[in-house]
Amino acid sequence: MAFQTKNPVIRWIEYRMPIFSFIDHSVGSGYPTPKNLNYWWNFGSLAGVALMIMIATGVLLAMQYTPHVDYAFRSVERIMRDVNYGWLIRYIHMNGASFFFIVVYIHIFRGLYYGSYKAPRELLWMLGLVILLLMMATAFMGYVLPWGQMSFWGATVITNLFSAIPVIGDSIVTWLWGGFSVANPTLNRFFALHYLLPFVILGVVVLHIWALHRFGSNNPLGIDVKGPQDTIPFAPYYTVKDYFGIGVFLIAFAVVIFYLPNYMGHTDNYIEANPLQTPPHIVPEWYFLPFYAMLRAITFNIGIPFTGVVLIEAKLGGVITMFGSILILFLLPWLDTSPVRSAKFRPLYKWFFWVLVADVVMLDYVGSQPPEGIWVPIGQVCTAYYFIHFLILMPLLGKLERPKPLPVSISEPVLKGSGPVGAAATAQPMEKA
Amino acid sequence: MRKTVLSLAVAAVLALGAADSARAAGEIKLPPKDWSFDGVFGTFDPAALQRGLQVFKNVCSACHGLDFVAFRNLAALGYDDDQIKKIAADFQVQDGPNDQGEMFMRPAVPSDRWPSPFANEQAARVANGGALPPDLSLMAKARAGGPTYIYNLIGEGFVEPPAGVEVTPGKYYNKYFPGHMISMPPPLSEGVVEYADGTKATVPQMAEDVSTFLMWAAEPNLIARKRMGIKVILFLIVLTGLLYAVKRRVWSDVAH
Ligand code: HEC
Ligand code: HEM
Repeated sequence: MAFQTKNPVIRWIEYRMPIFSFIDHSVGSGYPTPKNLNYWWNFGSLAGVALMIMIATGVLLAMQYTPHVDYAFRSVERIMRDVNYGWLIRYIHMNGASFFFIVVYIHIFRGLYYGSYKAPRELLWMLGLVILLLMMATAFMGYVLPWGQMSFWGATVITNLFSAIPVIGDSIVTWLWGGFSVANPTLNRFFALHYLLPFVILGVVVLHIWALHRFGSNNPLGIDVKGPQDTIPFAPYYTVKDYFGIGVFLIAFAVVIFYLPNYMGHTDNYIEANPLQTPPHIVPEWYFLPFYAMLRAITFNIGIPFTGVVLIEAKLGGVITMFGSILILFLLPWLDTSPVRSAKFRPLYKWFFWVLVADVVMLDYVGSQPPEGIWVPIGQVCTAYYFIHFLILMPLLGKLERPKPLPVSISEPVLKGSGPVGAAATAQPMEKA
Repeated sequence: MRKTVLSLAVAAVLALGAADSARAAGEIKLPPKDWSFDGVFGTFDPAALQRGLQVFKNVCSACHGLDFVAFRNLAALGYDDDQIKKIAADFQVQDGPNDQGEMFMRPAVPSDRWPSPFANEQAARVANGGALPPDLSLMAKARAGGPTYIYNLIGEGFVEPPAGVEVTPGKYYNKYFPGHMISMPPPLSEGVVEYADGTKATVPQMAEDVSTFLMWAAEPNLIARKRMGIKVILFLIVLTGLLYAVKRRVWSDVAH
């Protein structure tokens, strides 16, 4: 149904610039959505809300923050103490980053479970991964800004990774730093980029949603929408469901902001950066730990056996492994050979999915531990399994597994009067909306 | 629905657990301690804060600064303007240059921040056998355990070294300090301060009071934060409940 209104102002604008019908078509009653989406489909809109919260609080922080090595730490403390409600803004921003990652990680695992990355949504999936990479860069640089001990040493460790690149590595690191160590020029450029990247993310989010609208949402059954009887209009059904989800999200967020604001942070970041004093454990934020564990898993050089020829130094191997762990996800649509999307109908993949979840959680834990003793082999096994999952199991499973029979359509189980999912025949189908 | 809620709860626990795992391993176990400012309704006891200030001023401030706290901030402990002026005037701060172009010392005023007792880092190190007494403004947030760590460190922590442990001269054995050899002499002994409110100045009492004071210094908005949290969360629960009702209503014609 085309967008209609009696409001003369809206009609006046709509005639000259059809923005209201555009919105209605994008997230309104003009956007048909599968009627069987479960609550895991709330996390996309939650990620959008998290991004908005980060941008709003970030702009407010930037008005009081000073990106200079002598004043950065002090300016953040001034925000905490002397700026009206500065503590609130900062705690929202600080914990907002963690919640943003929680939401996005759940969103990604949702995609893995229901096969949302498969044709024809490959590009949508890849744009999501681009957002993830941009988020990581943004969060990493944001964490440097308060200029605490972890800010400084985290920045030093991570930027130093680039020195593993053969031949030009050291020059790249100097170029990144704007000098010969992490110092004022580094802080300055990190602030500039930290301000910029969220808006780049916003741009990619627009592309992500554009790609989404080409074929619409996937759904828990993983089968295509067959017709209007399978869909309901996005508004009001999913708008109200999303609002409810946002409410739940905000409650959890508020509990952390008001009662556990430093729970996910590291105490060392309340000590001002000191280039002369290395903290005993340099630990990144929790959302980077699985990748940090993979980075440290490669403790050996890779070369030609028995010749002593080293092809890849351990450090470079770690860096390749770490970046590879995300880059490999770009190939997933082609590594997965199964024609069935949803794990509901994939008896084997369903189990391997949960093993992968456990593997990543384990990697997160390993990343938090000092790289010694039992944690080294555990980290190596988990890292190996991560790659085995995507490179070996995903191609094989599609061939070996016998998927369960798929329902004919989203509304079929209901029309037959039973079934796991259901939308009654009385539901307002799209054409009536 | 129930299954989804359950899975979401599991996901939340996993996420928080993962965050928890970010804490470095191998820390010294601290005996737990209850604080008046713990929990949802936690609050600072003004009398404890004032006693803590007394301990800090009479003992700790001989070696430690409190750079992020201005004297005017002490109003939060229940002091009035005149009392704050008097507390500030006990400290000397550098000012200048004057019309002769010289820097000079003058008594602190309420807008000054709590000065470090030493002119510079080198002077501080020389006076403390090479160690630097850190500024304590953020100490209650800068160590695992926070106020409980400070409490144990300056109180119970100073014990006889176990047999066979050699303590280097100028160092002191402390159960809770990482590595156990600390350059701070035990700062507290019974009766080093005489409390204005008549409370008996035992070591645990002073340790508790000064740790409470340092928690306030590190997080002066702690109480405002907790108070606001209750209101915000109650509001959100009601709002979310209403949204759920609206959602049920809207979805009533879609079986699911
Ligand atoms: C005689 C000087 C002196 C006095 C008085 C003193 N301290 Fe210290 N303090 C030090 C020195 C020196 C260090 C550094 C110790 C080290 O690094 O080995 C220190 C370190 C500390 C630390 C940090 C320990 C750590 O984990 O790094 C705390 C907390 C502390 N003092 C609290 C207090 C409190 C509270 C008082 C008052 C009750 C106090 N100090 C009184 C000299 C002093
Ligand atoms: C994708 C969205 C964003 C993410 C994931 C993010 C992440 C972070 C993180 C992790 C920190 C460190 C928090 C701390 O420990 O104190 C931080 C600090 C900061 N961010 Fe952001 N941020 C985002 C968007 C923005 C935007 C849009 C701005 C400004 C326009 C901004 C401005 C700041 C400032 C000024 C600080 C330093 C103050 C502080 O440390 O509290 N951020 N950010």
